[in-house]
Amino acid sequence: MAVVREITFAQALNEALDYEMAKDEKVVVMGEDVGVYGGIYGVTAGLYDKYGPERVRDTPIAESGFIGTSVGAAATGLLRPVVELMFIDFLGVAYDQIYNQAAKMRYMFGGKAKIPMVLRTTCGAGFSAAAQHSQSLHALFVHVPGLKVVMPSTPYDAKGLLISSIEDDDPVVFIEHKGLYAIKGPVPEEPYSIPLGEADVKKEGKDVTIVATAAMVHKSLEVAKKLEEEGISVEVVDPRTLVPLDVDTILNSIKKTGRLVVVDEGYPRCGFATDIAALAVSRAFDALKAPVKIITPPATPVPFSPALEKEWIPSSEKIEKAVREVL
Amino acid sequence: MVVEEIPKETLLWMYETMVKIRVHEEKVAELFAQGKIPGFVHLYVGEEAVAVGVMANLRKDDFITSTHRGHGHYIAKGGCIEASMAELFGKKTGICKGKGGSMHIADLDIGELGANGIVGGGIPHAVGAGLGIKLNGLDSVAVAFFGEGASNQQNFHEGINIASIWKLPVVFVCENNLYQISLPYSKQQAIKSVAERGKAYGIPGVAVDGQDVLAVYEVAKEAIERARRGEGPTLIEVKTYRFRGHFEGDPEVYRSKDEVEWWKKNKDPIKLFEEKLLSKGIATKEELDAIWEKVKREIEDAVKFAEESPWPTKEDVVEDVFSTPTKGVLVWQW
Repeated sequence: MAVVREITFAQALNEALDYEMAKDEKVVVMGEDVGVYGGIYGVTAGLYDKYGPERVRDTPIAESGFIGTSVGAAATGLLRPVVELMFIDFLGVAYDQIYNQAAKMRYMFGGKAKIPMVLRTTCGAGFSAAAQHSQSLHALFVHVPGLKVVMPSTPYDAKGLLISSIEDDDPVVFIEHKGLYAIKGPVPEEPYSIPLGEADVKKEGKDVTIVATAAMVHKSLEVAKKLEEEGISVEVVDPRTLVPLDVDTILNSIKKTGRLVVVDEGYPRCGFATDIAALAVSRAFDALKAPVKIITPPATPVPFSPALEKEWIPSSEKIEKAVREVL
Repeated sequence: MVVEEIPKETLLWMYETMVKIRVHEEKVAELFAQGKIPGFVHLYVGEEAVAVGVMANLRKDDFITSTHRGHGHYIAKGGCIEASMAELFGKKTGICKGKGGSMHIADLDIGELGANGIVGGGIPHAVGAGLGIKLNGLDSVAVAFFGEGASNQQNFHEGINIASIWKLPVVFVCENNLYQISLPYSKQQAIKSVAERGKAYGIPGVAVDGQDVLAVYEVAKEAIERARRGEGPTLIEVKTYRFRGHFEGDPEVYRSKDEVEWWKKNKDPIKLFEEKLLSKGIATKEELDAIWEKVKREIEDAVKFAEESPWPTKEDVVEDVFSTPTKGVLVWQW
């Protein structure tokens, strides 16, 4: 078998963008500092030189304006914009264009509109960036009908899911955890796509299911590995796309293990973790042998001090404790 | 602009379309009062010359974005009145299958990118259409319609700035009807004219009498041709007036009856245009009367179609959310 090279999460995303831009002239990249600068995390590096300023467009700091521009361009069918919202925390200044416009146009227009656009954005704490640059607000997108929401955890998934997202005719919010950009993993050089709505069992196990998203997948895998040495078999399920949701894979895992821990970096109330817990108790209650455990940050803004932030982010210790409690 | 410079066919189209909007809107007011049309209804009576003066310069492959007061734009862009009337009723045969209603009338087949329930929400969509046009090397244009209230909104400033720096073929048409619901223009902004705002973005800003369809036509023609030539956007402020309340049922406590009557008597765009067509000998009274009769029949037919159309079914509730089918659960129902 050929050895697959390892590249970073950021490079994997870059390859997906490069592939789609080469394949389809309608694909344009827009956002703050995506051009000459190559994106503040380097995701769009090299695209400006390769495809020029017409297709890799630096925008003014006008999130509602340029995201709305992408919505309109997509609705005409003339372009397939991939637009970057530098931090998910900034979504408030542009939210109308996402949840009232992009998400609803197809339905309000009786199925006549297609909105083939991808909104790439970043989430995640851990960098002492404080409360306005550290949030994981994916639940706000999941909450509103009409958006597809993707949240990859590995370089492999990032490339395949971004290709699928760009080729999808619906508005897709593609959320990248800042803590994952530098991680490396095996990624085939050739393009491939991962269907939206297909969860991945990152590790099989028999005793407990952990459903985790983005960076929490890696923490959960560490815990699973550690507990394996004690003979505790943990299954880790990564939904990868939050809308559509692969309900079958999640429920099958819960039915197999009878125990569920949900780990998510989003806020606790009305969040993605509570959504999965509700799914479990409403559709797999008979299979549950213990109450569902939910691990999220507390309902506070993200603190600045490293000492506080470390406490705020769900830790491996908390995940491990939760697993032991449901056993 | 002198009428002699415009083909008779275009002039009669303009007249007929203004009449069509007037008759349509007055019929909708009547149907709403009878309880046959649900929801909020915002009518375009008095502002007909704006949509028509602009749209007379547009082609089918040009785009527009509209407002919550959008029936006039839709009709002038060439929309199907039967389908839109059925939409106002909430029927399955509606242009949006009964899912959008008055505030969301849209038809991408004629380049109508949607009326919008959010003030200013559609402005960046026209900018996006302009970007698509430019990158595809087309000579179409996109026109954003919005009110003077929306010109205080971020989407106006951000959208117009983006269109200006990227030199996109977009024309921004501000319909200044003097009231942002109840707030008069003088209390919305300190400048005398919205057109002045063009200066802030390095583009031409032109104000025009919105009750004179030929004046609107001329200003729009220049802006649209400029956009088609690749010379970038223009901001047009059309000074107009709505003869009815903000919405049907508006008690209109914020303006006097005398003021409204003055506008109806002196600045009715259809009357003014009619006088011109007659005095210049372009059309006879009989020809114009025939247009009214024809339009009234057309609107009656549309109402009949809407009334006789079926309601959407319960299965329709969960249709049309997404276009690309995927694995997993897309439309959630516990």
